[in-house]
Amino acid sequence: MDTTRSVHYAPAVVAPAVRVDEVRKHFPVGGGFLRPTRSFIHAVDGVSFEVAAGESFGLVGESGCGKTTMAKMLVKLLEPTAGKIAMRLGDGPAHDLAGLGRAQTRLFRRSAQMIFQDPYESLNPRRTVFDTIVEPLAVQRIGNLREREERVGEMMAQVGLTPVRQMMVRYPHELSGGQRQRVAIARALVLNPRLIVADEPTSMLDVSMRTSIMELMLGLRERLEATFIYITHDMAVARYMCDRIAVMYLGKLVEVGPTEDILRDPVHPYTRALISAVPVPEPRLKRAAVLIKGGVARPIDPLPRCRFYERCLLATETCRLEDHPPLTERDGGRFVSCYNA
Amino acid sequence: MSEPVLSVEHLTVQYRTRRGSVHAVNDVSFELHPGESLGLVGESGCGKTTLALALMRILPDNAAILAGRIRLNGVDLAALSEKEMQRYRGRRISMVFQAAMNSLDPVYRVGDQIVEAIAAHERVSPAEAEERVKSLFSLVGLDETLIPRYPHEYSGGMRQRAVIAMALSSNPEVIIADEPTTALDVIVQDRIIKKLRGIQTEREMAMIYISHDVAVIAEVTDRVGVMYAGRLVELAPTAEIFANPIHPYTEALLASIPSVRGEKRPLRSLGGEPPDLMEIPPGCPFEPRCSRASEICVAEMPSRIGVEARWALCWNPVNTPSGSNVG
Repeated sequence: MDTTRSVHYAPAVVAPAVRVDEVRKHFPVGGGFLRPTRSFIHAVDGVSFEVAAGESFGLVGESGCGKTTMAKMLVKLLEPTAGKIAMRLGDGPAHDLAGLGRAQTRLFRRSAQMIFQDPYESLNPRRTVFDTIVEPLAVQRIGNLREREERVGEMMAQVGLTPVRQMMVRYPHELSGGQRQRVAIARALVLNPRLIVADEPTSMLDVSMRTSIMELMLGLRERLEATFIYITHDMAVARYMCDRIAVMYLGKLVEVGPTEDILRDPVHPYTRALISAVPVPEPRLKRAAVLIKGGVARPIDPLPRCRFYERCLLATETCRLEDHPPLTERDGGRFVSCYNA
Repeated sequence: MSEPVLSVEHLTVQYRTRRGSVHAVNDVSFELHPGESLGLVGESGCGKTTLALALMRILPDNAAILAGRIRLNGVDLAALSEKEMQRYRGRRISMVFQAAMNSLDPVYRVGDQIVEAIAAHERVSPAEAEERVKSLFSLVGLDETLIPRYPHEYSGGMRQRAVIAMALSSNPEVIIADEPTTALDVIVQDRIIKKLRGIQTEREMAMIYISHDVAVIAEVTDRVGVMYAGRLVELAPTAEIFANPIHPYTEALLASIPSVRGEKRPLRSLGGEPPDLMEIPPGCPFEPRCSRASEICVAEMPSRIGVEARWALCWNPVNTPSGSNVG
């Protein structure tokens, strides 16, 4: 089977908002002054997926799996080493992100926004809530002062930063973690983006804040008709936030499908281990054993074999000798990259 | 039932800040028996870490134990001088911290650091110390070849295991684990909590496990204490607190946790935020966020309802301590 050239979209959707095609991102390691780099971390290594307009798609995996690198490429904070990311800007056809001109890049910055993990890091401590949220409007030269003020007030009400008048003049240090994340969300949404990439927006928050930010994001999703790509390590969060999830392991997608189906019946041995390792808030319930060995390695110049080979309890000779298995379609819109499952 | 190994009585810890002083731990009492694992849950700032620091007598300079007793097998730790406390701290009561990286000195080999921890309390020959380190490494599931290595050569999970090995080095009667797996990935977390729980039951150690993660608490504890605004507001056997919480706060906290298993229930956030400890109302501190609050809750701090093994501080409980729903 030719595994290197086949392209796998998972699943093919009508008029996707985002199409990621065999994207790679390799970072050099070692090397130095007058010393050529010989090794590369394959942070993202041949990833393909499509996200439909209005869909909420999750990239799920442990630290180091490449999910944040993938997220940054989606909003052009990083350029892929190889492969193509196409996105529809406005109502026109899909554009290749690598080939955008100045005007199109400007339009892209308006259409795609990212929400970061840590609201303590992502906000400028010297700016008030108003200044932070209004900035994208000023950069994009949208509206006059009065219109901008109106828009900011509207956003603040939507994300629950009330009373608006009082909250506008607050500084980040006067806000709780949950309120800061609401400011970051309002700022990301103020331009009415088509695509919102959220990188673990709830993982730094306290339990109670976490649930209320999740509720907020779900509510906004219904109102905004935007496409969401949600990055998380937390399967329980993915369950509530994502229609479909893609499970990443060392730069590869190993399983893609409807969230609830994957949680109920994971197919890839890594997905199985990942889900069975999640503690359950039900003391009488005994979890199944977590079937996995070893620990996560870094994908530095990975050997041409299944990325999960060293940790897999189902591994056979094929997995060692053949290239990383391609994502193949199973029942119900499920895609799995495994020779044995 | 056996004698408690640890008995905390009316413990109050005060922090002095520029804005005034607050009671970060307020009139907390509980008992801990040998071989028992007690979970402490609550939102950030509820006092669970301060309570742990007070038990270890390692409170920051601007905090002090204002009242109460901490009896470890009859000896009141709260009344000891710092010099006397050194005979107990790390030896008979020890702690595993959240950030394992900060608990290990980056410039010393991990094995040497554990030897140092042992030598701080006991006279041991180098050969004996080496044997002890080897057995501790195997106990926590670390390979012997890691003994002469430095912390940066360890993964996050390995470091946390090393820190647990260090905390266990003097075979303490009580071990306090403060969010020991919070920074770790879920598969590593699973191994660490199973290991810790296994060692704790096998050695009949008493453990206090602090976490904001209710699911982890459900898996590693026999009893659970819920903290809110410095107070222990409910205490119950783990299975019972999940099945029939008494306090409305406990019920709301448990209901707000999304799970990957079972039916997908709608999300239910707690709503509101914990109170500013500087402005604690005279009544129940949970009253402003409570759906069951009535007049008395505003006016007066609730007294304890229930029995020693199963109680809560509430005027309008969700369930009675015997388990029946109040409605």
